[in-house]
Amino acid sequence: MDNLYRDFILEHYRNPHNKGVLDPHDLHFADSNPTCGDEMSMTLRVADDRISDVAFDGRGCAISQASASILTDELRGMTTDQVREMDPRMVLDALGVPIGPARLKCALLSYKVLQGAVRGGQIEWPEEAEVAG
Amino acid sequence: MAIEPAAPATRPGGFSGADLRADFPIFGQATRSGKRLVFLDAAASAPKPQAVIDAVADTYAHHYANVHRGIYELSEDATNRFEAARRKVAAFLGAPSEREIVFVRNATEAINLVAYSWGRANVRAGDRVLTTQLEHHANIVPWQQLTREVGATLDYVALTDDGQLDMDDLRDKLAAGPKLLAIAQVSNALGTINPVTEITAMAHDAGALVLVDAAQSAPHMPIDIGDIGCDFMAISGHKMLGPSGIGALWGRRALLDAMPPFMTGGSMIIRVTLEGAEWNEVPAKFEAGTPAIAEAVGLGAAIDYLTGLGMERVREHEHWLFERAWKALGEIPGVRRLGPDDPEIHAGVISFVLDEAHPHDVATIFDAEGVAVRAGHHCAQPVMQRYDVPATTRASFYVYNDADDVEALAGAVRATQRIFGG
Repeated sequence: MDNLYRDFILEHYRNPHNKGVLDPHDLHFADSNPTCGDEMSMTLRVADDRISDVAFDGRGCAISQASASILTDELRGMTTDQVREMDPRMVLDALGVPIGPARLKCALLSYKVLQGAVRGGQIEWPEEAEVAG
Repeated sequence: MAIEPAAPATRPGGFSGADLRADFPIFGQATRSGKRLVFLDAAASAPKPQAVIDAVADTYAHHYANVHRGIYELSEDATNRFEAARRKVAAFLGAPSEREIVFVRNATEAINLVAYSWGRANVRAGDRVLTTQLEHHANIVPWQQLTREVGATLDYVALTDDGQLDMDDLRDKLAAGPKLLAIAQVSNALGTINPVTEITAMAHDAGALVLVDAAQSAPHMPIDIGDIGCDFMAISGHKMLGPSGIGALWGRRALLDAMPPFMTGGSMIIRVTLEGAEWNEVPAKFEAGTPAIAEAVGLGAAIDYLTGLGMERVREHEHWLFERAWKALGEIPGVRRLGPDDPEIHAGVISFVLDEAHPHDVATIFDAEGVAVRAGHHCAQPVMQRYDVPATTRASFYVYNDADDVEALAGAVRATQRIFGG
C-alpha cells in the first residue's frame, strides 16, 4: 500500500499544482469517472499553438488529483499536436506508482479531460490492455 | 467433558457469524494481501454457501432438461424442481399464491417489467408516478423513462438530514394523486429501513398502487407481503446468497392478469397463428423463453439456508453488528456516518466518509487490509447529491460477519487515516 500512496502522491493531493479555473481561456473541457461520479474540468490558454497556461478543477481521489497535478505541470510549451499525440502510458509512468485495473480510470481521468479539450470532444477511455505494463 | 464455546451464546441472533464462514468456500481462500477476507459488501452481492453451489451443480449434473414442455422423466424432474423453487420464494415472501411469483433475472428486471407492462398500460399523459430520493437507480430510471415516454410527471419524496423519508413531504406528494408509489424497503446507499407497511396504507388511501423494492430487505429481515399490503415486490437472488441471474417479481394476481406481456416468445403463449397469439396464464405469461432453471433451484437452496437460520435471527444478528460498527466508527474522529442513528430503522449497511481521504482511496487501502467494501455512488447518485458527497465508502453486513469484522473495519479506517492524516 505504501507503494501506491507514496509521499509525493499525497503531497500532490494535498497541495495540487495548477488547480482552479483560467478566465479567460481558449480551451475548456469537463468529463467524469463513471465509477465514482467524480468530475474534472480543465481550462487552457494557447498562444502560437503552444499551451501557455493550464488549470484543472474538481474534487476526486488522491490518484486522480495527483495525476492531474503532475500532468498539467508537463503541458506548458507543448503544441496542441504534441498533446493530441500524447500516450496515456506517459501519465501512468509520470505517476510512477503501480495502478491496478480498479484505479485505472482514476489515474487517466486527467488525460481524458485534456484530450477532450485539445480534440474538441470526448474521447473513449483507453483500453486496459493498451496501457498495461 | 467438552466445554461449550461461549461466544455464540453472546450473540443476539443465537449463531456465530465466524462459525458460518465454514459454509462459504470463498472464505477458505487467501486474499492478495495475505490477510483473511473480511467481506463487507453483501449489499452489492453476497457470497454463496456450499449448499447453493451444490444445488446448482446437482441440477446441471443430474436433473437438467428444459422445463414445462418435455414429456420425459428428466423434463418432469427439472420442472418439479423449478416449480418447487417458486413455492419457496412465495412462502419466503408471504405471497398468497406461488402463481403470483414471476421469475426474472433480478430486481432491476422486475421493476422494468412493471414499468413497461403495467406502466405503459395504465399511466397516461398528465398522470403522476411517485418514488423517493433514496432509491437505487433501478427504481428511478425505469420510472423516468416511463413518465417521459407517456408525458406523465415523476415526483420524488424528499429526505431528512439523517437519511429518513420526509413523511410530511410524502403526504404532500401522495395528495397530488400518483398512480403508483415505487419505494425501497431498505436503502442500499444509506441503510435506512422505510416503514413500508404504514406508507403502503397511506398510498392506498390516496389511490396509488405500491411497488416495494425489497432487493436490500428480503435478504436480511422477515418479509410478509400480507402484512405490508403492497401490490408489487421485487427481489434479487444474488443478494440473498443465491445465484446471479435469478430474481423474482411478486404481483397481485388481478394486476398480473390484466397486464400485457413484457417480453414475448416461447412459453408465454397458449396459441400462436400467423395472425397473432393468445397469452398464457400468469406467471408463464411473463416468462418468455427458457428461464434460469438451475439458478432458480439455487435460489430455493439459498432460501432453505436462510430459513434454517431463521430470518428473525438474521435480523437480530445484523442489528447487533450494526450497533457495534456504528459505535466503533463514531468513536473515530474524522469519520462522518450517513443515515439514521436508530438501529431499529437502520439495516446492516453503513455509508461513511472520511475527512481526509476520498472513498476510492479508502477502498484501495481497505483492500490491502483484506477488507472488501464498496466505494462510489452505489447506483444512488441522487442520495450523494442530497448529502453533498461525491461518493461514500459503504460497509454492509450479513450472516457470516462477526465482531472480528467490525474490528477489522475500524482498523482499516485507522490505517487509512495513518496514510492520509499526516
